[in-house]
Amino acid sequence: MNHTTQHSFEPKIIAFVCTWCTYAGADLAGTSRMQYPANVRVLKFPCTGRIDPVFILKAFQQGADGVLVSGCHPGDCHYIAGNFHARRRFAAFRKLLEFIGVDLNRLQFSWVSAAEGGKWVEVVTDLTEKVRAMGPMVEFKELALEEQWSGVIDTPELKEAYNAI
Amino acid sequence: MSRIGVFICHCGENISRTVDVERVAAEIGKHPGVAFSTDYKYMCSDPGQTLLKKAIQEQKLTHVVVAACSPRMHEKTFRKAVEAAGLNPFLCEMANIREHCSWVHENMEEATVKAIDIVGMMVERVKKNRVLPTITVPVTKRALVIGGGIAGIQAALDIADCGHEVILVEREPSIGGHMAQLSETFPTLDCSQCIMTPKMVDVANHPKIKLYTHSEIELVEGYIGNFQVTIKKKARSVDEDKCTGCGVCMTKCPQKKIPNKFDQNIGMRTAIYVPFPQAVPNTPVIDRDNCTWFKTGKCSVCQKVCGPGAVDFEQQDCLVVEAVGAIVVATGFDLYSIAEKPKGSPIKGYGEFGHGKIPDVIDGMTFERLASASGPTGGKILRPSDGKEPKQIVFIQCIGSRAREKGISYCSKVCCMYTAKHTMLYHHKVHDGQAYVFFMDARTPGKSYDEFWRRSIEEEEAVYIRGMVSRLYQKGDKIVVMGSDIAVGVQVEIEADMVVLATAIQPQKGADTLAQKLGISYDKYHFYSEAHAKLRPVECATAGIYLAGACQGPKDIPETVSQASAAAAKVMTLFSRDKLEREPIVARVREAGCVGCFACKKVCAYGAVEEKEIRDRQGNLIKVVAYVNPGVCAGCGTCQATCPSKCVELDGYTDEQIIAMIEAL
Repeated sequence: MNHTTQHSFEPKIIAFVCTWCTYAGADLAGTSRMQYPANVRVLKFPCTGRIDPVFILKAFQQGADGVLVSGCHPGDCHYIAGNFHARRRFAAFRKLLEFIGVDLNRLQFSWVSAAEGGKWVEVVTDLTEKVRAMGPMVEFKELALEEQWSGVIDTPELKEAYNAI
Repeated sequence: MSRIGVFICHCGENISRTVDVERVAAEIGKHPGVAFSTDYKYMCSDPGQTLLKKAIQEQKLTHVVVAACSPRMHEKTFRKAVEAAGLNPFLCEMANIREHCSWVHENMEEATVKAIDIVGMMVERVKKNRVLPTITVPVTKRALVIGGGIAGIQAALDIADCGHEVILVEREPSIGGHMAQLSETFPTLDCSQCIMTPKMVDVANHPKIKLYTHSEIELVEGYIGNFQVTIKKKARSVDEDKCTGCGVCMTKCPQKKIPNKFDQNIGMRTAIYVPFPQAVPNTPVIDRDNCTWFKTGKCSVCQKVCGPGAVDFEQQDCLVVEAVGAIVVATGFDLYSIAEKPKGSPIKGYGEFGHGKIPDVIDGMTFERLASASGPTGGKILRPSDGKEPKQIVFIQCIGSRAREKGISYCSKVCCMYTAKHTMLYHHKVHDGQAYVFFMDARTPGKSYDEFWRRSIEEEEAVYIRGMVSRLYQKGDKIVVMGSDIAVGVQVEIEADMVVLATAIQPQKGADTLAQKLGISYDKYHFYSEAHAKLRPVECATAGIYLAGACQGPKDIPETVSQASAAAAKVMTLFSRDKLEREPIVARVREAGCVGCFACKKVCAYGAVEEKEIRDRQGNLIKVVAYVNPGVCAGCGTCQATCPSKCVELDGYTDEQIIAMIEAL
């Protein structure tokens, strides 16, 4: 695979993975010398059950264009049931993200086991290309800029609103 | 202010080929908080570690980031080195720039930028790392072994011989398990009872082994080193202390026609019985379902004839609590029955084979009892229907096993070998008889196994037919076996006197219930799962629980014994220390903020969350908060992500650390 092609836009992908399955799967992709786009940054967690939806929001806020959450296959959780809790939590959280206007194509959930180096490459490549086609995620960045508020009521609008209370 | 040291490894050329390590070191050196940054050819080597230790001391580093391979590879190595240099090991983190960067990218610019990002992320994370003290928990040096078959017996003897007390729990009235039922064993044809019964006696006589037969596990609480196990001793109706094992009660019992499960229901026993003459303990049990006294309130012959007055009809089930530090699970296997379709199981039956309907279609274990010198026929191969000697016998392999469409896809491993053994035993006892074997493949890996299988064909004249049987039916006193010989490409029809089915090996009934009590995982067939298929084959993912024998997957006797000894060795390793050290990656509750909703308790798969009362000096209850028992907590962090008031924190993976990493990107 040739990754030297220049693209106009390099998306930033943040991956939240569990240490037992997906992190090990990504390690396997490495030891097998598979190749995938260099856009992904991996954050390791003990279990997908530890991943707070706030982290996903935070990642988007920090300029991520795509987020990947990946853990053990259902039933294979190292911690018995952590991935089930994660699955349930994110099923609800997706709805919430959709409600606030995030394109759900930017958020990917997958199960990648420690033996699935190939699947890790596939998932990361697919998401990178999909997000690349979608373009940068601007909503959160704009929002973040707008809401840069130091805590001091210094704009006339805020003062007016405050006085009206 | 933190003084972070960053050490970047070339890993020979593994990293430096695609990552410009010098540039990474230079860039990261500018990062706020980084006091020292360097690169080296092999960080994990002795000079590399010395460099690290020296830098910590000379540069007065407060935190360390090693950018090298996966933490799964060398995190322990570097944390140990950091500890040796006087820092808390948990102030060291690894940035994975090999598996996750240099090996998966070819473009040097891209890989170098990514490596700088990865290291930067870990630098921000390590700033928020806290000193974590190693957690120590006491170890109760007593072991529980569940299951008294050869696996349980071997594990119990090994542990007890090492001087530790062992509690051995067996569901049946006697220990011995399936191995006691076998006639001879492959590949040496030595008598199973001859090698098994001395071990059973050793268990009974061992001063360090406490035996609970006719007992089951009711409840398991606690954690590694500190389990509390409640054992249900089912009522035996015979006082074990008074009984001398004379056996008069059994000879006098008027109920003599009860099928004996030990003899695969072809032999009969009395209502007060021991399953087989060499049973350990040699104390009878009253089968209350079949006892006249329990059914009608009359009889009590056994009580009258019992000299020591051991028969006690009033005996009740009782619960015993034992404290143990480790548990070996050795619950063994059961044979797949094609006669009864297990309720709710995805496994489909084998109606076409008539097992359970045609009396002379039996399974492998029944054949063992027929061939056994201590069996119901005294070792003669006789048909269960009319007691005649079968002159043509057909063995059919892979009944249930390797049949995805029937619901079991695995190979039962021992059937090829035991069928070869059966053809030999048959030939030794019925000289003018002919054995046929229908088989898919002959799988005989193992020391002297293939030679043994070949012997059954070359010397003992068994006819092996490659192909499966499509139908069996009774014709007069014969059983017509219709199958195909795929090697020759013809249909085969054999009029057999007896058919033996090599039915699949399955875990014991109730294996799932026991696993739930123990908190260990199992696969879709209910075989227990080991922590790692290759490198931790005898340990469960749940600390302090070990596996032995066929409860983990189909196994023959030598493998079972090896695994049992391995499990015992693991238990002894655990018991070699007075205190147990464990990684301090555990959740902690911030009690001031906890509102006591116990959402954490609901999601904790380990039951590590307890309720803790907070009282003032007068002893008045202020509030009830969550408390995480650090001995039980496995460190998954599900509680933290669940806590609505953000008052549980997983050490090593705090919100602060994660957010710092995200913000670094």
